[in-house]
Amino acid sequence: MSQNIGVYVCHCGGNISDTVNVDEVAKYAENQDDVVVVRSISHMCSEEGQKAIIDDINEKGLDKIIVAACSPQFHGPRFRKVVEKAGLNPAMVEMANIREQSAWPHFNNKKAATEKAKLLTKAAVNNMRDMEPVVPEKMKIGKNVLVVGAGIAGIQASLDLADSGFNVYLVEKKPMIGGHMAQLSRTFPTNDCASCILSPKMADAAEHPNIHLYTYSEIESVEGTIGNFRVKIKRKPTYVDPKKCTACNSCTEVCPTLVPDENNEGLALRKAIYLPSHIAIPHSYVLDEDSCLGLQPIACGKCVEACEANAIDYEQKPKHISVKADTIIVATGFDIFDAKRKPQYGYGRYENVINALELERMIVEAAEGSPLRPFGKKVAFVQCVGSRDVTVGNPYCSRICCMYATKLSMLLKGMIPDADVSVFYTDLRSFGKGYEEYYKRAQEIGVRYIRGRPGEMYENPKNKKINLKVEDTLTRDILDDDYDLVVLSVGLEPSKGTKEIAQMLKIPQSSDRFLQEAHPKFKPVDTAIDGVFIAGTAQGPKDIPDTVAQAGAAAARAIRLMNKGEFEMDPVKAFVHEELCTGCGDCVDACPVSAISMAGSIATINPPVCKGCGSCISSCPTEAIDLKLFTNKGVRDKISGILEGKKSGENRVIVFADDMCTYRLADGVGTAKMEYTSDAYIVRVPSSSRVTPRILLEAFEKGADAIFIGECEKAVSPYPDTHGPIEMSIFAVKKVLEKAGIEPDRIIFSPFVTVMFKGFVGKVNKLAEMARKHGNIPEEKRRNLVKMLEEVDR
Amino acid sequence: MTAVIKVKKKNREFLLKTEEMSGEHITMCEQCGICTTSCPMTEDMDISPASIIHLVQIGDEGVLDSTAIWLCASCYTCTVRCPRGIDLSAITEALRQQTLRKSIDYIDINSIDRKELEELPAIALVSALRKYTS
Repeated sequence: MSQNIGVYVCHCGGNISDTVNVDEVAKYAENQDDVVVVRSISHMCSEEGQKAIIDDINEKGLDKIIVAACSPQFHGPRFRKVVEKAGLNPAMVEMANIREQSAWPHFNNKKAATEKAKLLTKAAVNNMRDMEPVVPEKMKIGKNVLVVGAGIAGIQASLDLADSGFNVYLVEKKPMIGGHMAQLSRTFPTNDCASCILSPKMADAAEHPNIHLYTYSEIESVEGTIGNFRVKIKRKPTYVDPKKCTACNSCTEVCPTLVPDENNEGLALRKAIYLPSHIAIPHSYVLDEDSCLGLQPIACGKCVEACEANAIDYEQKPKHISVKADTIIVATGFDIFDAKRKPQYGYGRYENVINALELERMIVEAAEGSPLRPFGKKVAFVQCVGSRDVTVGNPYCSRICCMYATKLSMLLKGMIPDADVSVFYTDLRSFGKGYEEYYKRAQEIGVRYIRGRPGEMYENPKNKKINLKVEDTLTRDILDDDYDLVVLSVGLEPSKGTKEIAQMLKIPQSSDRFLQEAHPKFKPVDTAIDGVFIAGTAQGPKDIPDTVAQAGAAAARAIRLMNKGEFEMDPVKAFVHEELCTGCGDCVDACPVSAISMAGSIATINPPVCKGCGSCISSCPTEAIDLKLFTNKGVRDKISGILEGKKSGENRVIVFADDMCTYRLADGVGTAKMEYTSDAYIVRVPSSSRVTPRILLEAFEKGADAIFIGECEKAVSPYPDTHGPIEMSIFAVKKVLEKAGIEPDRIIFSPFVTVMFKGFVGKVNKLAEMARKHGNIPEEKRRNLVKMLEEVDR
Repeated sequence: MTAVIKVKKKNREFLLKTEEMSGEHITMCEQCGICTTSCPMTEDMDISPASIIHLVQIGDEGVLDSTAIWLCASCYTCTVRCPRGIDLSAITEALRQQTLRKSIDYIDINSIDRKELEELPAIALVSALRKYTS
C-alpha cells in the first residue's frame, strides 16, 4: 500500500530546539520509508503549524501525519481535530513526544536527546504505517433508570431524574422507603427532626408520575449493558391490598404473634401483621410471612376475620417484574457495625450497653410518649466502635459518629437537664460546614469530651450499672466510673445488599468493601461499569448532606449519558481476528468485565461492555484478539522502531507506560525537568496488561536490554484488576529468560500513581544501570525466546 | 510559682533502634489509650502502656528507667485490642533488651542456693539467664 506520511518537527519556541537538534531529526525523518513531507516549524500548535498540516493534506495528498512535539496528553486532541478538518480520520495522526520524553528530561545531554528524538519519531512513523481508521461506535440510549435502594440517596436521585423527565424504577428491599434516615431522631448540625424533613420527599417519590416504586422487592438479576440493562425484580407479597387497607389497625390488635421490631432496632416488639413505621410510605400494613403463624385460615386467620375492608389476601404470590433500564444508580447504603464483634464492650450481654441507633429510636419514641426503656442520668459514649480499628477489619473512619454522638449528647441534655454525659473519643472530627460550631455548642451546654478509648467494661450484677475504665490520654489519669448507660458509637459497613449488587453488576469494591468509584477525584459517582453510578453510603461512609449531594451528582451523570439519545463509545476496544480464533475460550475467563462470549467456536466482544484494558490479549494463545488503536502490530512496529539499527554496546530499556498513570507520570517527570536515563524509551499503551509475553520476548529478541512495565496502582486504575494478567505475563517471560540463561531481573513491574516522580526516576535508572552492568544479551541467547515460550507453555 | 518547662533534647536514634528491634511501626500509634485499660498490670505501673509508646515516639530514653516496662507480662491483651495492630508486647521487650544489653547487673547462678533454685519458677530462671545471651 502506498502511503504518504508527513512528519512535522516542532521547536516549541526553544523548549525542544534548545536541546534537540531539530534539523537533524527532520533530516532523519526524511530518510524513512513512505515519508513524503517533512517540516520543521517553530510552534506546531499555532495557527501556522495547523495550517501547514491542512494545506499539505489537501495539496500533497498526505494521508498520515506525525507530529514530533509535546505529549499527546497535551495536544493530542488538537491535532486529531486538525486532521479531521482536512478530511482524514482522527486516528491518522500520531504524536512523537520529543518534549516531555526527550528535550526536557535529557536537557543536559543534547546528543542523547537528539538521538532519542530521532528514534521516537521513527517509532511513531512505524506505528502509523499500518494504522487503520477508527470510527467510534454510536449507540442509542433511552430514558429509563433503575435506582436500587430507596434511602435518602435513592429517593433524591430518583426525584432529580423524574423531575428532569426520565423514567425511574425505584426498588426497595424493605416494605417502606426512607432508609436509615427514617429511623433517626434529629439531624446534625441543625437539629431538625429527621422524619419531618424526610417525609415530604418520601411522599413526593411515591406520588411522582415518573417514578415506579417497588417496595418489599429485590433485584433478582441484571443482564445486558448500558442502554440495555434487563432487570428482573421480585416483589414479595405483603398479603395486604394497599388500595383496600384503611390502616385501621384492627388486624394488628388481634394478631397473636410477637417478634422484635426492626424499625425500633429490636427494643420493642411488633406483630406479624404490622405497619412498618407510623411515617411509613407506602402507608400500608404488611404481613410478614416468616413470623405469621401460617397463612392458613386453619392455623390462625384472626386478622382476616378482623379486617372489615377485606384487604387481607393469604393467596398473594410473589410477583416477578421485568423492566428495561438504560442506566443504573446503586444506592444500597450501609449496615451498622455489629458491636458484638467487640466482645470486651459487652454489647448484647449487658442490658445497659446499647448502640447509637438504638438511642436514636429511644429518643424518637420517648418524644412521642412511648419510651422504649429508661435513659439513666450518667451516660457515656464510646467512639470509634468498629471504625478505625484493624482488629475488626475496618481501618477507615466512619465520618458521622463524632457528630451523631454530639447530637445525641445534646438531645439527652435537653431531655434530662441534670444528665452527666461524657464522650470518650480518640480524635474528634467535626469536618463539615457548621460542625465545629455544633461541637462547641455541645461543649457549652456541658457535654464532656474525654480523650481515650476504653479497654473494657463490666456490668455490676446488682444494680446493672456499667463500670468503665479509660485512660484520659491528655492527663494520663485512669478514670474508673460507673455509668447508667453506655452508648457505643458504631461505625458504618457496606450493607449486605451493597455486596450483593456489587457482585451482580460486577462493580469493583475498594479494600474497605465499599463500592469503588471510577476516579476518587474526578469521577466520584461513576463506576468501572459504563452506565452504572453510585450514590450515598454504598460508596463510603458519609453524612446526609454529602449523600444528597452525591445523589444529585449521580442523577446528573446519568442524565448526561441519556439526554442526547445516543452516546459515543470510547474507540479503544478489543476486537477478534476471526480467522485466527481457535475457540479455546481462555479470553472469556480472562475478561474482568465479562465482555467476551463464545459465538459457536469464535470469541465475540460486546463493545459497550469492553473497557479496552487488553487483559484478554495476553490470554490468547494465537493472538486472535487485538485492540483498536493499539494493535499488536502497532506495538511491535513501535518497538522495532526503537530497536532497529541498535549498535552493540548501546543500552535500550523499553518502558511500557499505561495511559492513565505511568505515561502521565513520565510527562510530569519531564515537565519537572528531572533527569533520568536516556536509555529508556516509553511505549504508550492503554494498560500494560495488553502487552503479551510474546511481545515482551520479541522485544528481547530484537535487542532490548531491559523492560520496565508501569501500570496504575489498583486504587486509581480506570480498569478492573489488570495487575493479575501483567504479573502472569512477567512470570512466563522470566521463566523463559531463565531457561535461556538470561538474567530474569531484566524485566520489572511497578505500579504507580501520577505523582511518584522520584520513584519512577529511581526505578528506571536502576533498571538501566543494571542492564548496563549485565551488558547486551548475546545474540545466540536471545535468538529463540518466542519458540521457548511455546515450550514453557506446553 | 512559675512552672518551668524543660525542653529535653530528644533522641530520634532511640525511636529508630526500638522500631528495628521490635519490628513494629511505633510511629503508627494514635495514642487512643485502649492498651492502658486493657492491661492487667496498669495499676502497678509508674507510667501507662500508652505513655511508654508515646515516650518512645518522641525519642525519650527516660522510658528505660520506668518500672512499667518490667511489669509487662507479655499477656498480649493490648496487642490483640490495638486498633492500629501494633504489637506492644514486642515493643516492651525491645525496651527491656536495651537495658539488658548494657549488662548493668546479672544473676550469678552459682550463688543461688540449690533449694531456692528448685523452688524458683522456671520462667524466672529463664528470664534471668537471658541476660547472659542478650
